[in-house]
Amino acid sequence: MSQETLLTLSVVILFLPLLSFVLLIFFNKRLPKQGDWLGTGIAFVALALAIVVFFTKLTQFPNETIQASAEWVSFGNVPGIGQLTLDLGIMLDNMAAVMLVVVMLVSSLVHLFSIGYMHGDVRYGRYFSYLGIFTFSMLGIVITNNFWMMYVFWELVGLSSYLLIGHWFEKKSASDASKKAFIVNRVGDIGFFTGIMILYATFHTFSFDSIFGTMQSGTIPFGSETWLTAAGILIFCGAIGKSAQFPLHVWLPDAMEGPTPVSALIHAATMVAAGVYMVARTFAMMTGDALMFIAYIGAITAFIAATIAIAQNDIKKVLAYSTVSQLGYMVMGLGVGAYSAGFFHLTTHAMFKAGLFLGSGSVIHAMHHALHHAGDHHTDPQDIRNMGGLKSKMPVTYWTFLIYTLAISGVPLTSGFLSKDEILAGSLAYGSLTGHYLIPIIGFFVAGLTAFYMFRLLILTFWGEHKDHHRLEAIHESPRTMTIPLIVFAVLSFFAFYSFNPFGATDGWFMNAVPRPVSSVPATTAAAGIEEFNEALHYSHTSAMLLSLLVAGTGILVAFATYYWKKISADNIATTLAPVHKFFLNKWYFDELYQATFVKGTDGIAAAYRWFDEKIIDGIVNGTARWTKAVTLGTKNNWEEGNIGAIIYLVVSGVISIYAGWVTGNAIWPEEITVLLAIWNGLIALGVAGLTFFLFYVGVGGFDNRIVDGMVNLTAYAAGFFGLLTRKVQTGKVQTYIAWVLLGVMVFFLWFR
Amino acid sequence: MQEFLNWLKTPGLTHFLIVSGILFSLGVFAVLTRRNAIMVLMGIELILNAANINFIAFSRYSTGTLDGQVIAIFVIILAAAEAAIALAIVLNIYQNFNTVNVDEFNRLRD
Repeated sequence: MSQETLLTLSVVILFLPLLSFVLLIFFNKRLPKQGDWLGTGIAFVALALAIVVFFTKLTQFPNETIQASAEWVSFGNVPGIGQLTLDLGIMLDNMAAVMLVVVMLVSSLVHLFSIGYMHGDVRYGRYFSYLGIFTFSMLGIVITNNFWMMYVFWELVGLSSYLLIGHWFEKKSASDASKKAFIVNRVGDIGFFTGIMILYATFHTFSFDSIFGTMQSGTIPFGSETWLTAAGILIFCGAIGKSAQFPLHVWLPDAMEGPTPVSALIHAATMVAAGVYMVARTFAMMTGDALMFIAYIGAITAFIAATIAIAQNDIKKVLAYSTVSQLGYMVMGLGVGAYSAGFFHLTTHAMFKAGLFLGSGSVIHAMHHALHHAGDHHTDPQDIRNMGGLKSKMPVTYWTFLIYTLAISGVPLTSGFLSKDEILAGSLAYGSLTGHYLIPIIGFFVAGLTAFYMFRLLILTFWGEHKDHHRLEAIHESPRTMTIPLIVFAVLSFFAFYSFNPFGATDGWFMNAVPRPVSSVPATTAAAGIEEFNEALHYSHTSAMLLSLLVAGTGILVAFATYYWKKISADNIATTLAPVHKFFLNKWYFDELYQATFVKGTDGIAAAYRWFDEKIIDGIVNGTARWTKAVTLGTKNNWEEGNIGAIIYLVVSGVISIYAGWVTGNAIWPEEITVLLAIWNGLIALGVAGLTFFLFYVGVGGFDNRIVDGMVNLTAYAAGFFGLLTRKVQTGKVQTYIAWVLLGVMVFFLWFR
Repeated sequence: MQEFLNWLKTPGLTHFLIVSGILFSLGVFAVLTRRNAIMVLMGIELILNAANINFIAFSRYSTGTLDGQVIAIFVIILAAAEAAIALAIVLNIYQNFNTVNVDEFNRLRD
């Protein structure tokens, strides 16, 4: 298969979901079963093509980056910018090929799962069409080769997530969550956009390759390393928003208001992955400082989210915060320079997190039906305290959920162990290279927390005793469309798909297929080079693995001791550490903080603008209108209404009148003056002034009404008057007329005698 | 008195003009006073003939050429044509209004 064919196939993969969107958004009502089969079918076709592309790329062209681009719009020589053209381009490297499969796999299985989960939904067909455009947007980010297209698809992802999170928009919380997701993302996007503009200002191109290539040869934005770092951090701001990093992570847990399969899609493949993928794409232009910033943001995010996750009781909230935490891991991995590991974790995490969400969807689905069956509308079907003992009733869900939990906790033989271990080893190597040991410390601590809260979730949900015996009876395993995706993801959570060595991914195909790119930034500002880093990694690898096993084991053990064997009372700890527990339960009060500062601040600014608009702008507009009214209607009526415009107008007209009188007086002032003449001239001047004032007083409208109309009316009146007068002569008797003619002739004779 | 008789005996331009004036006045009187349209037309004929006399008299007492006579013949021809048309109109009026009384033809007034 040639390179061109591969690119063509990639474009076909990109547009298939769009086709699904277009077909379903217009025709879902007319298609049988609202077109769910169509959307799912198209997704699976795209998945098949993606797998073909993936294998071909990795077997035939493992080291090439296949690119093609075409000029789309040429703006010519834009003043102040220079030559401006926008190119459409796609790029297929190993990373893009992997992502194509990951995105299409998760998307198609989510489609399949949704058939069961969304059964009977009010906007069933529209839901599937939105899944299509969501997938399309994400694929666009994956295979583009320039910044502006990435930005366009970036925003499309934001839009489609908005549509899907707000799918049940009748619920206030859902519509709020969709707005929150969109707006918080916009905050990050501003940074992304600014970063792109900084790059464009210097390089005059959007293409990744051209920018990095030019940078490689020594050109950096505005000739300053600070600007380069700033550009890197600003572009990373986009990822902070999309990948829900601290401090913009607040939207992701709220996004749970969307349907659960959508959460799986957002959390695994299509949205949050976009941020990490973008950081990986732009890795080459990140300076050492920018990477350190990225690493710290990732570590802080991982830590905060993990601490919140241990205190949550909503099954989806726990998973949401675990996603934020794992995203922190990925970003931290990229930041410390463990590039392949970060991307590796993105892929493995996509599998088991999609599985976890679909599994939780399966549980919620079952709980919902059981509660509905019992006529109970008060119990929350998502609260893990209401669950327990589901193991026997939902075997497929349980076993797959167990595998995902093991994978996310980093237990050996799972994919999660491989990727997380690589990241931790990378962070340890980073610590040894730079002295920033806080990052690996946080990393290991969070690994323990992750194991703890994930097993807490598993134990509370599936093990133990169910509170209500009758309710447990009513719980059933989900239909096959829902269990098949679970099994597929569970299988893909094993190590063998990524590396044949269960204790090290370094030799596996994945890590070799996506090597760390050579940095394009000047050597003085770059982070530790690849060789240097790999050497440090080599030394830290074994210790990292042992440490991570230890912390994960501890986490699992503590979870069992607390929630299964009940050796440790969780309630007691919660009471003893009440403030801490409350702090975690309330998510570190981020929402409250943002509410008090940004939301209230924005409201305040908006109120100030509103005041300005209503009082000043509207005042000017209304004043103009009143002034015009005064000019046309004269001041007489307006004065009585207390019209400000009229009062100003009156003053102005008074001044003009006096001036007119003055000018007239001067014009007729003779050289020699008598008393009589002075009085006479004064009267004329007063008359002119009075006339002028009268004209102002009646206004343009008054002038029209009185003078112009008066003359017109006078003409008409005169015509009528004379008409009436002469009418009497017109007797209609010919002889009388002749008599008049005769008289006239005689008069003429007399006259011209 | 003698002087007047002498003047009367030696006819000149003035005599013709007086005759013409009397004829004209009679014509005007007829036009103004008669109700019958035919009578009005006859009045008009009188006026025209008064004019003819004037033409001929002035011609005879000024240049002595035949200009006045020629004009008079023209006027007679025109008068004939006018009479024909006017009588046709009167006939039509009579057919429409069943009268030839000029006082009753006042439709145009309203």
